[in-house]
Amino acid sequence: MSSQLKLTDITKKFEANTVNEKVALDHLNLTVEPGQFVTVLGSNGSGKSTMFNVILGSLFPDEGKVYLGDKDITKLKDYKRALNIGCLYQNPLRGTAPNLTIEENLALAYTRKASPSFFALNKKDSAYFREVLSTLGMGLEDRMKTKIGLLSGGQRQAASLLMATIAEPELLLLDEHTAALDPGAAEKVMALTKKIVEENKITTLMITHDMEYALEYGSRTIMLDSGKIVMDLTGKEREEMTTGKLAELFYGKAHKRG
Amino acid sequence: MNEIAGMLVSALGQGFIYAPMALGVFLTFSILKTPDLTVEGSFVFGMTACVVVTIAGHPILGLVAGTLAGAAAGLCTGLLQTKLKIEPILSGILTMTGLYTVNYAILGGQSNRYLQYEAKNSLGVTVNKPADTVYKIFQRDFGKDMSSGMTAFLLTMIIVIVTCAVLVTFFRTRNGMAIIATGDNEEMVRSSSINADVSRIGGVMISNALVAFSGALLCQYQKYADLNCGNGMLVMGLASVIIGLTFFSNHSVTIQAVGVVLGSLLYRIIIQIAYKIDMPSYAVKLLSAVIVVIALVIPWLQKTYKKKGGRR
Repeated sequence: MSSQLKLTDITKKFEANTVNEKVALDHLNLTVEPGQFVTVLGSNGSGKSTMFNVILGSLFPDEGKVYLGDKDITKLKDYKRALNIGCLYQNPLRGTAPNLTIEENLALAYTRKASPSFFALNKKDSAYFREVLSTLGMGLEDRMKTKIGLLSGGQRQAASLLMATIAEPELLLLDEHTAALDPGAAEKVMALTKKIVEENKITTLMITHDMEYALEYGSRTIMLDSGKIVMDLTGKEREEMTTGKLAELFYGKAHKRG
Repeated sequence: MNEIAGMLVSALGQGFIYAPMALGVFLTFSILKTPDLTVEGSFVFGMTACVVVTIAGHPILGLVAGTLAGAAAGLCTGLLQTKLKIEPILSGILTMTGLYTVNYAILGGQSNRYLQYEAKNSLGVTVNKPADTVYKIFQRDFGKDMSSGMTAFLLTMIIVIVTCAVLVTFFRTRNGMAIIATGDNEEMVRSSSINADVSRIGGVMISNALVAFSGALLCQYQKYADLNCGNGMLVMGLASVIIGLTFFSNHSVTIQAVGVVLGSLLYRIIIQIAYKIDMPSYAVKLLSAVIVVIALVIPWLQKTYKKKGGRR
């Protein structure tokens, strides 16, 4: 099941009312339809990460509201939102507990959907984990008792992707999740992302610095600058956009500000 | 030969008594990765709570009371850490310092209290009898043919094995695993929609309950409670944990927990040997500190040595 994400009039300032005041988000409005896959562009400091943090609940906005489906989640604590929101970061280390095994990591991520049992691991869930791990095609299904810290970056990020989506979230946030991987691993993780998002029809936002990815994946591309959405491409307009033109727009914005 | 056997039993007996404390230190230091200084206070809190209830005539309830007292101390530290956002080390120091007053008050304004205390009034009538302890009960019911040292050793060993088994089982439940993951990567725990604050508080509570349980056992074993018993407890616990983990660092938490119990035994044997070669009793703390420093430095030395070897 996927839900609509709606941000209305979000403002977030850092060090408000001082000389160092920085407006990270400036009356930002964004509506993402259920099941839509949106790629997010923007230079450093444009407010992308702040927007994600506001959606995730690790930051609270000064003004404005966040809706997921028809629920107002503006004031909801981060771990409570996590029930419906999956998230994946650039650093593969962030999404996993290195000293727990692959199986145990998945079991924790699966907490909200797990079969009731005295021990955290049970046969039914483990069989399911084995099945989903095998879809990665990395042979991880035979290494379920391996500590996840021993995997390579690409394997670990693929496992994190499973962890973020295994409990069928309504919304998935991807923060440059392939940027730290080598090109081969990045391609593989992107292909997996596409597959999982399309199969489960999860509403998805993906931050990327790769112009090709921004146009290739999903059905909508937005660009942030100075805490506002300055470009919103869908449909025909998006099809006609080239990476060259996009890069021009991107650096134009960055240059003007810098 | 008999002397050595006696020494060994005594060392192992003490090692078992301090094993729950070492497990408690293991839980905060190694699993939650936030050193907790509450230990020094909660160990004594376990003793004082136990001594009062034991004198009232309930030795088993005394152990329970001691354990609960430790959990309460842990709750206090946990809340300071998570809800009031005070640095973990400072949180522990604050609780420990506050507990000194609490412990002093529980002992009725004295610095120690004896279970053996026997008093006669002016007419020569006994008004206060020595209190029963779990060790005495065990001796009476099961250990008639054994020396009191041996029964104490056996009983403590059984208690510690059960405690360790319960702890290891707990680590395999969802809540237990959440505590391990919280020490490993708190962010991952939160994004799995688990309240990491609760895991952290729970972990610190269980840790201090174990520490206080150790204190309660010691109190009934040595038949008195003393405010100074907690001094240096954290370093002693750390020494046991580090000795134990030297052999089992890359294993599962289950095996590590068993390693910590073995570490506690080994530590007491080392101390006993030191006594045997005429080390004065006041040197224990310095020895413990040195053991911890050496144990902490060895892995680092090994690494640098290996690196140099590789370059050649």
